[in-house]
Amino acid sequence: MKVQRCKGMRDMLPAEMDVFRPVEGICRDCCTGWGYREVRTPTIEYLYLFTSAGTLTPGRLGKVYSFLDWDGWSGERVVLRPDGTIPVARLYTESLPGRGPVRLFYAANIFIFEEAGEKTRERWQCGAELIGAGSAVADAELVALSLEVLKKLGLKGVELRLSHAGLIKALLVKLGLSHEEQDRLFDRILDGDAAALAGAGGKSAEVGNALKPLLGFKGKSAGFLRNQRALLVQDVPEIGPHIDDFLKTVALLDDLGCKYKIDIASGAGFEYYTGMIFQLFIGGEKVGGGGRYDALIPAMGGGDVPASGFALYIDRLMEMVKAEDIAPAVPERVTVKIKSGGAVKEAFRAAEGLRRAGYIAELDLNGEKAASRWTLEVGGETPYILSDSLKSRRFEVKTIGEVLKRLEGEGGDKDSPA
Amino acid sequence: MAIKIALPKGRLLRRTAARLQKAGWGLDEYHSRIGFYRPKSEKFPEVLIRVFHEKDIPIQIAMGNYDLGICGSDWVEELMAKYPSSGLVRVRGLDYGEGTLFMASASEGQRNGDLVRIASEYPNLAESFALKQRLSRFSVFPVWGAAEAYPPENADMVLLPARTGSELSDYGMTAVSRVLDFSAFLVANRSSWESKDLDKIVTSICDTLAEVERKTDSGEAVEPVAVKKSYGRIKITDGTVRLALPDGHQQPPTVNVLNRAGIEIVDYPSETGNRRPRIKLDGVAVKVIRPQDMPLQVANGNFDLAVTGRDWLTEHLYQFPSSPVRELLDLEFSKVRLVAVVHRDMAVEDTGGLREYIAARPEPFRVASEYVNIADKYARDNHLGHYRVIPTWGATEAFLPEDADLLIENTETGRTIARHSLKIIDTLFVSTACLIGNAGAIADPAKGKRIAAIVNKFKAGVEA
Repeated sequence: MKVQRCKGMRDMLPAEMDVFRPVEGICRDCCTGWGYREVRTPTIEYLYLFTSAGTLTPGRLGKVYSFLDWDGWSGERVVLRPDGTIPVARLYTESLPGRGPVRLFYAANIFIFEEAGEKTRERWQCGAELIGAGSAVADAELVALSLEVLKKLGLKGVELRLSHAGLIKALLVKLGLSHEEQDRLFDRILDGDAAALAGAGGKSAEVGNALKPLLGFKGKSAGFLRNQRALLVQDVPEIGPHIDDFLKTVALLDDLGCKYKIDIASGAGFEYYTGMIFQLFIGGEKVGGGGRYDALIPAMGGGDVPASGFALYIDRLMEMVKAEDIAPAVPERVTVKIKSGGAVKEAFRAAEGLRRAGYIAELDLNGEKAASRWTLEVGGETPYILSDSLKSRRFEVKTIGEVLKRLEGEGGDKDSPA
Repeated sequence: MAIKIALPKGRLLRRTAARLQKAGWGLDEYHSRIGFYRPKSEKFPEVLIRVFHEKDIPIQIAMGNYDLGICGSDWVEELMAKYPSSGLVRVRGLDYGEGTLFMASASEGQRNGDLVRIASEYPNLAESFALKQRLSRFSVFPVWGAAEAYPPENADMVLLPARTGSELSDYGMTAVSRVLDFSAFLVANRSSWESKDLDKIVTSICDTLAEVERKTDSGEAVEPVAVKKSYGRIKITDGTVRLALPDGHQQPPTVNVLNRAGIEIVDYPSETGNRRPRIKLDGVAVKVIRPQDMPLQVANGNFDLAVTGRDWLTEHLYQFPSSPVRELLDLEFSKVRLVAVVHRDMAVEDTGGLREYIAARPEPFRVASEYVNIADKYARDNHLGHYRVIPTWGATEAFLPEDADLLIENTETGRTIARHSLKIIDTLFVSTACLIGNAGAIADPAKGKRIAAIVNKFKAGVEA
């Protein structure tokens, strides 16, 4: 019988965890610095949390891991968390209702079925949610925070793409489609089907006029958006408030010196967005995104509470970062060899002394040649023999204190990179 | 390698047999209602043919146990709704066995946001319908049969097959949506379709199609039909005790116990298919459903009491240990043993031998059963290593030895098992019919006393 991991699932080996933890750590440090506090939600949630309109698109719902658990006799299905935001909104509604603004962040795995099982079905992401603030400043804070994380990760060439869910929805209303068709089209756009909006524009001339510039709408400044507004509002007056809302955020980003691209026809796979949507790309690959979801918490019965948030995809960031840019300094490693059976206790004590001084002390269990530069032999004729394989030197010393002194003196700097 | 074909028993058997007869297959025993499930063909003597419950065929094809199969496309779509990457190719629709799956409703004024209860033999299609319709909160109750009996009291919607939307009005329901038009279908395993020479067989089946003119799709739109209630709703008040009685061959012994208990019941078993017989007990309403479905229906509060088998109660409790269903009384009839069965040629006599046998083979061990959770627990408790449970819908004997290694089956006398060259290596437990109840209902002040009185009457009937 051959053992293997479950199809579509991923192991993270030590070398990968050496990258994962620093990436996660930088996300955590940045979020903490902006006043966000960490939360952790369960891996399993009720399915109905994600099935209501205004949560996940049918495209994503068709890929959730749902099942009947041991309590499933009531017919209530549960699901492996398919998204990070909805559980946090649920947590807020359940445990922190009415408080605001609340800044929360998480690092969590989410589960999305991929048919071929080539891509991983378990994905890690770090997300921040700002609940109870509805201003453009709040949106700008999230954009700035996400960009700060990417910068601290040492990543360059970050492209910020902006869209606006309210704007898309207002346009769809004007297309003369049934409510159901509007929903379906909105879902297609959010699922990333950029052609969807273009194809639908043909039905109504006035909207066609409005759509064409909007779809070609790849502006890079608030001024551009302001000029487009003049054209658009003439054809479709209803979209005025949405453009104004969008403009506020965009103008702020200009002030903050953020570079962005406005691309209305780009969506993000989540039906819960109501306002500004932003997506982050590096080298054409999406590494994260977020937006405003003012209707989600009201729909959960949490009161009229606006909110916005984002998530960064840790798996993709791990492939892009240079480990040496972000890996924290690893302490010097010392192999401790036990020279006689009676010296085990002494060796453990010596290793403890090394660890207390900040070294990694690894006991030698099979007598092989040590991989580390430094080796400490314990229980031979001399109490301690410290050898330095780099400079081929040996020191015979009597106490652990002398060992530490030697290590420091001979360049065994405990803060040097491994 | 020999080509393997799975043919349906049940609904499609007669027309499939006629079709293959016309194609000159010369099958020796694919007409018998009971008996062996291993017909041979004169025209294709080298082809291995097995007969399965229609519902099992898509799974057997997808798993690669069979290269070709004929079954209703409703069961193909039910599998694909949950497992879109299954290795199954839809080869050709056949011109018989047609029907339509309707989502039907019996309750008025369902608001989005209310819990919507859907009963169906097609839980995967029902779930994907509910997701597409954005029903925010729904429960799908898989049932083994008699789905039409559930609404309006016990389900808000049912996904069920019917010939026309108006047929549904006989059950007092309205068609909400036409979900799927189906017919008998020829299906193939994907890798067999790519690598094996199936052309002669496929041609011989499809040639019979050409002779009959393909019926054009009538394109009948869903016309919401007026609600006509030929079977009145059961009058239910808070204190009413809802009792489920079994359909099928459990009916005569159930009537027997009721008679001995002095409980009179009208129109059960029913010649007209009435599933709401009248019982002469104050404050008790009766519905007739499948015994397999009763534990779940009692657990979710649709019924307070039910007459079912301990096998199905055990199956339910193994899946849902926190279920509020309790056995209240052993009714002592319909005694069967649940047994572990292997092929006679397998050199295994007990579970110890089974473990050794499994440890020595590289591929996963296959356990087939109608009782998925009992089979799963049996395999876990006996450390059967890397095993897979294959769910079946009857005719499980046909699975050994090619398509499964072990069966968990019920048997009364053991004769059927012996006739299929199988042997029993273990007995799990003895099952008899029993009266089960919902713990919440028993503790309910409005119902508790009435339930206790009914249990006592049944008890007197058993002891009489």
